[in-house]
Amino acid sequence: MVIDQTKMADLADNLAQMDEVKGRSLWQDARQRFFHNKAAVGGLICLTLVVLFAIIGPYFAVWSNEEIDWAIIGNAATMGAPSIANGHYFGVDDLGRDLYSRVIQGTQISLMVGIVGASISVVVGTLYGATAGYFGGRLDGAMMRTVDILMSIPYMFVLILLLVIFGRSISLLFIGIGLISWLDMSRIVRGQTLTIKNKEFVEAALATGVSSFTIIRRHIIPNLLGVVAVYATLLVPLMILTESFISFLGLGVQEPNTSWGALISEGAGTMQYGTIWQLGFPLFFFVVTLFSFFFIGDGLRDALDPKDR
Amino acid sequence: MLNFILRRVLVAIPTILVLIIFSFLLMHSAPGGPFTSERPLPPEVMANIEAKYGLDQPLWKQMYDYVIGIVTQFDFGPSFRYKDRSVNDIIAQGFPVTLTYGSIAFVVAVVSGVTLGAVAALRQNTWLDYFAVGVSIGAQVLPNFVMAPLLVLVFTLYLGWLPGGGWEGGQIQFIILPVIALATSYMASIARITRSSMLEVLRSNFIRTAKAKGLPSRKIILGHALKPSLLPVISYLGPAFVAMITGSVIIDVYFSTGGIGQLFVNSALNRDYSTIMGITILTGVLTISFNTLVDILYAWIDPKIRY
Repeated sequence: MVIDQTKMADLADNLAQMDEVKGRSLWQDARQRFFHNKAAVGGLICLTLVVLFAIIGPYFAVWSNEEIDWAIIGNAATMGAPSIANGHYFGVDDLGRDLYSRVIQGTQISLMVGIVGASISVVVGTLYGATAGYFGGRLDGAMMRTVDILMSIPYMFVLILLLVIFGRSISLLFIGIGLISWLDMSRIVRGQTLTIKNKEFVEAALATGVSSFTIIRRHIIPNLLGVVAVYATLLVPLMILTESFISFLGLGVQEPNTSWGALISEGAGTMQYGTIWQLGFPLFFFVVTLFSFFFIGDGLRDALDPKDR
Repeated sequence: MLNFILRRVLVAIPTILVLIIFSFLLMHSAPGGPFTSERPLPPEVMANIEAKYGLDQPLWKQMYDYVIGIVTQFDFGPSFRYKDRSVNDIIAQGFPVTLTYGSIAFVVAVVSGVTLGAVAALRQNTWLDYFAVGVSIGAQVLPNFVMAPLLVLVFTLYLGWLPGGGWEGGQIQFIILPVIALATSYMASIARITRSSMLEVLRSNFIRTAKAKGLPSRKIILGHALKPSLLPVISYLGPAFVAMITGSVIIDVYFSTGGIGQLFVNSALNRDYSTIMGITILTGVLTISFNTLVDILYAWIDPKIRY
């Protein structure tokens, strides 16, 4: 009985000290669920490491990405293997350039393409989809028909056509990839908007005379953020894939710039001479990053999906 | 139903026209004409050449002729790079190759993907399921331009079983690697889609009823579960088909199979505008027709779709 009494006293103390119960917001809930997902956390850690590699990596490089090691050039297969001693941690490429620096450069460019492409898609797709969904009716019909038409065009061919006609430049690549990526996003956002716009708080805003644009900005878009975040995370690897695809064909980034796709293409072209590291290192970073993004995206979807609660 | 089909076809036709006009205008806005070279031709010669290709006509007339040529006779005009060949000749040379390995890869991806996904769903949380899920996650980050070098590395360089490129009239050993490289990642997507939709169907009420009245499980799966769980797969067939055509660019370039993908990249590097346009339009028409077909098929199979 003594034990029970102390327990009761503790409980009374606790109750007396306890402040009001803290509410948990949607985002706190989501964060908790996300960090319970091992695959997603693993993905986040791997991705952080890749990003750190792209940022801090250059400070450890002995050779720059454009410098040619004249002692090795021509003998890449026999002397160019990865070694700590001569400062080529990842070996050298076919022209005697340091692969470590080249992979860092490729990582920077590929990540940038992914993020810029996904941002364009988020901005354009969200605005377009929210507008179409909110106004509905004939405008919605026309806007979504346009998306349907644009979607059925084999965009890879059109993108290559664009690159050929207007010259290959990295900014055009960004724009081209961004312009084709918002179509899916706008469809998803439109669907979500259709359900949100019939909620009571939108009705209340309408009744108090808030303008349509403000309703979209203040009420519709914040409620879309969860879906958009999930989809944007899944879009980044797709953008990286698209860029790599085009660079693999030699139509994307141009020397002296490089990207994972271009490096994989070079490595694939020289691997029969036994320089397997030229394929291996870019491929490793490519695969690890894509995996991470897919796992993070899946984790976010599980964390933010209202059906799963 | 007939009404629905008509409506779909009526949407498809303007889409194709938009694609043709868009690529025509794009080509026309390219800096420099197709015959600008480093050594300028005498003006009279230039005028003759332009007259021969109809470039002296006003823009709307050129566009009209081009569209009419494609619509009535499938004529994509002459190649701007190879003076003795038309775009049709070039496409006729490469298209059968692409069609051969592309359709094999398509069938392989669909059949093996559906099988893998269905088996994984039926044996959920066994080693078979984990294996199938593992394969499909792994294959997702191995797109065709990664698969192709890896396959050549293993099967050509290390094992020496299969040739690393070439076509040789489509002998079987030249087809195997391109098909695997092209099909893998789409097989993975199809397997994932099949698995999740089959799991959903297996938990639904009508399957429980079928079990409760004592139907053998083979009958339940083939007779009741398979058809509704394939619906999402059918809607993925359109994107998968587009991906096969796009992926053929990589396959052609890497394996030197000589299909339209290789011709496309070659003409892209040579700035052979009319060939690029021809191939873009051809693949666009194929895509749009295939998507329309899939839509109609979907509406026919899924009773929930109203038309």
